[in-house]
Amino acid sequence: MAADLPRTVSRFLRWDVLITALLVAVFLGGAATSPDFTGAGNLSFALGDLGEIALIALAMTLLVVAAEVDLSVASVLGMSSALLGALWDAGWAIETIIPLVVAVGAVCGLVNGLLVTRLGLPSLAVTIGTLALYRGLAYVILGDRAVAEFPQQYVSLAVDTVPGTPIPYPVAIFVVLAVITGVVLHATGLGRALFAIGAQRDAAFFAGIRVNRIKLVLFVVAGTVAAFAGVVYTLRYGSARADNGLGIELAVIAAVLLGGVDFDGGKGTLAGVVAGVLLIGIVRNLLMLGDVATEIQSIVTGLLLIISVLTPRLMAVVRERRRPPRLEGTAP
Amino acid sequence: MEVPPTLALASVSKSFGAVRALHEVSLQLFAGEAHALAGENGAGKSTLVKILAGVHRPDGGQIVLDGEPVRWNGPADAQRAGVAVIYQEPTLFPDLSVAENIFMGRRPRLRFGRIDRRTTNAEAAKLFTRLGVTLDPGQPARGLSIADQQLVEIAKALSGDARVLIMDEPTAALSGNEVARLFSVVTALREHGCAVLFISHRLDEIFTLCQRVTILRDGAWVASEPAAALTPEDLVRRMVGRDLSTLYPRRETVPGEVALTVERLTREGVFTDVSFQVRRGEIVALAGLVGAGRTEVARAIFGIDRWDAGTVRVDGRRLPPASPSAAMAAGLALVPEDRRQQGLVMEMSIERNIGLTGLAALRRGPVISRTAERDRARDWAIRLQLKFARLTDAVNVLSGGNQQKVVLAKWLATEPAVLIVDEPTRGIDVGTKAEVHRLLSELAGRGIAILMISSDLPEVLGMADRVLVMHEGRLAAEIPREAATEESVMSAATGRTAA
Repeated sequence: MAADLPRTVSRFLRWDVLITALLVAVFLGGAATSPDFTGAGNLSFALGDLGEIALIALAMTLLVVAAEVDLSVASVLGMSSALLGALWDAGWAIETIIPLVVAVGAVCGLVNGLLVTRLGLPSLAVTIGTLALYRGLAYVILGDRAVAEFPQQYVSLAVDTVPGTPIPYPVAIFVVLAVITGVVLHATGLGRALFAIGAQRDAAFFAGIRVNRIKLVLFVVAGTVAAFAGVVYTLRYGSARADNGLGIELAVIAAVLLGGVDFDGGKGTLAGVVAGVLLIGIVRNLLMLGDVATEIQSIVTGLLLIISVLTPRLMAVVRERRRPPRLEGTAP
Repeated sequence: MEVPPTLALASVSKSFGAVRALHEVSLQLFAGEAHALAGENGAGKSTLVKILAGVHRPDGGQIVLDGEPVRWNGPADAQRAGVAVIYQEPTLFPDLSVAENIFMGRRPRLRFGRIDRRTTNAEAAKLFTRLGVTLDPGQPARGLSIADQQLVEIAKALSGDARVLIMDEPTAALSGNEVARLFSVVTALREHGCAVLFISHRLDEIFTLCQRVTILRDGAWVASEPAAALTPEDLVRRMVGRDLSTLYPRRETVPGEVALTVERLTREGVFTDVSFQVRRGEIVALAGLVGAGRTEVARAIFGIDRWDAGTVRVDGRRLPPASPSAAMAAGLALVPEDRRQQGLVMEMSIERNIGLTGLAALRRGPVISRTAERDRARDWAIRLQLKFARLTDAVNVLSGGNQQKVVLAKWLATEPAVLIVDEPTRGIDVGTKAEVHRLLSELAGRGIAILMISSDLPEVLGMADRVLVMHEGRLAAEIPREAATEESVMSAATGRTAA
C-alpha cells in the first residue's frame, strides 16, 4: 500500500539509525586516511581519553530527557580535581580524599538542583552561574599550581586496561553505568516519569509524579558523576589542576544531542547517546592524530553541536510533510 | 429621519468545522446607547465579539457600518472603522510607559525617528482629563492594576477616534470601586455619542449600565429588548430556556458513607471557606461561572496547589497539603480541565499514558512489566470503548473524545474512591458525551464518590444528585436534585440569591 512508503522512509529517517551510519562512515574514513587510527594502542587511548565525557554524558542524558541541563559539570570536574590535589598535597590519605571529593560533587549538584526546583529558576541560567562559581572555587582551592605524584596503584586504575582487552578501566565502568542508565531510562518507572516530565511537565505532575524530587535527584547524580570523572581525569593525567576539563561540558552536550536526545526534553534513547559519544570521541581523536590546531577542534565541536540541534528539526519537517492528513479534527 | 445604527450585524452566521457557533444573529448598536450581550458560557458571545473586532469573518450575513455593508479582512480594518475592543485581560506592553502604550504605532515623531516624549505625555494627559481619571502618563504600564490597564486601553481607543467600544467581561477582575469608576467613564463616553457593547455575567451590572439587551442561546438570537422591559428573572429564563435532552441516564441513588470531606478550605484571594461532603455512590456537581473558583478548589483538594487553611479528608483520613501523590494514595483521582496540557502527555503512546498513574503497580522487580502495562491499557480501552489503531500510537492522533477516554482510563485504572472530573465533556462530540455520562452513572452505582465540575447546565441538572454553586470564590448555594433548575442554579451563580 502507498501508506507503507512514508513509514519505511521515516524508519530510515530515525535519528539513531542515521547517527550509527555516520559513526561507521567516520570510522571507516578514519581507518582509510590515518594509518595510526586503527592501531590497538590508539583505539585504547581514544577510548580512555573519552572516559570522562562518556561518564558525564550518561547523567546529562537523564537531565536533558527531563528538559533540564547542567552546564556546570566541567567546573565540578575541575573543582574536584583541585580539591583532590590540595588535600593530597596536605598529606591526606587518598582513600579518604576520593569519597570526600565525590561527596562535594554531590553537594554541588544539590545546590544546582535546589536553585532550579525550589526557586523555579531555569537550569540553563542557574548552571551558567555555577559553571563560573565552581570553576572559581577550583582556583581558590588550588590557585594555578599543579599537584602530581599520586600513588601508583590508583594511577594504574585510571590508565590500565582490563586484562586481555584494549578497554581501559574507566571505559569498563562506563559500560556498566551505561547499561544501568539504559535500563533506568527505558525500562523503569523512573524512566517513564522522566520522559513524561520532559514532554509535558504539567501532565506528569497531575499524574502524581514528584517532578521536583526527581529533578533534584538528577542534579545530584550529575554532580556526583562529574566529581568522580574529575578523580579519573586527575589520576589519568597524573596532575591535579584547577583548569582540568575546561570546556568539556560542550563536548558532553554535543554527544547527548548528537545521540538524538531532544534539547526540549521528552525524546531520546541511550543507544543513540552511546553512538553520539563514540562519534565525538572518534572525531576528536582523528583531529588530534591529524595535528589539527585546538581552535579548529573547538570549531568542529561547535559545528557538531549546531548540526545535532538543527537536523532533527529538519527531519521533523520532512516527516510532517509526508504524514497523511488526520481523519478527525477537534473543533477550536 | 431615522438615524441608522453606528454598527450592526445582519443575520450573521459563523461555524468552526462542524460546530455552529453563531446562526443568523442580528444586532444593532446605536450611538449614545450601551447595549448588553447576555448568554451562557458557549452561547456565542465571544464569537460575536471577534466578528465585530474583525478577527473572524462571518460565513453568512453582513456587517453594516453607518447603514453601509462593509467587509473586514482583519482587526486593522475594524480599528480603522472606529471599533475598539477592551478584553478582560488587557494587552499592554509592560515596559513601555502609559503614554507610549496609548500612542503605540502612531506616536508623534521628531526628525530621525526620535519620539517626542513631551508631546505624547501631554496628549495622554488630555485624554485622561476627558475620561475624568487621574493616571500618570509617564509611568510604565508594568505594575498598573487591571482596572488602570483597562482605562489605558480605553484612552488608547479614544485616541484612535473609536466610535464603537466593545467590552468583553471587563469587570470580571475588578473590585466594586473600580467597577463604579469604569461605569462612570463608559457613561461619559456614551453621552458623548459612543456606541457601547457590554458583556458581563453579572446581571446587576447589565441593568445598571445598559439601555438595551440582546440575548443569545446556543449560537442563536433569542431577543433584543429595552432593559427597562426586562426583569432579571426574565433575562435568566431566556438565557437558559432550552429542553433537557435525553443525554442523561436516570438512576436511583443510595448514597453510602461520606468519602470526601472538605472543611473551610481557603486559598487566599482565590476561594474562601469552602465546606462540603461527597458520599459514596453520589454525583455532586460543582457549578458556577468561569472564574468562580471551581477548578481551583479541585486543584487544591488534589494537591496541585497549596491551601492556606482548612482540611480535606478522604475516608476520614486527613490529606497533607500540596501532594498529588498523597492524594492518589488516599484514593483520589482528578480528571483535569485541560486535557492537552494536564491530562495527557500528547506525544506519548496510549499505553504509556494509561500506565503513568500506576508506575508502582506495574513494577516487577526493578523494571516495569511491559505486559502488565499493555494489559492495563487494553483492559481499560475495551471497557471504555476507545477507538484506536494500536496501543503504541501517540494520543495526539486520537480525536478529542477518545483522548478524554484515555484520561478517564488512566484515572479509573487507579481504582479511586473519589473521582473529581473537571469539565468532563468539554469539546467532545455528542455521542462520546453520552457515553461519558453513562460511565459516570455506572461508577457512582458501583460506589465511587464523584465530584463533577461543569459549565454545561443541562449536564449539571441531568447528572447531579446535589448541586453546589460557587460565586466569587465562595459556596453560594447547595441545591438538592429536586430543587435544582436552570433558573435556581444560574441565580446562585450570578450572585442573585444568598444561600
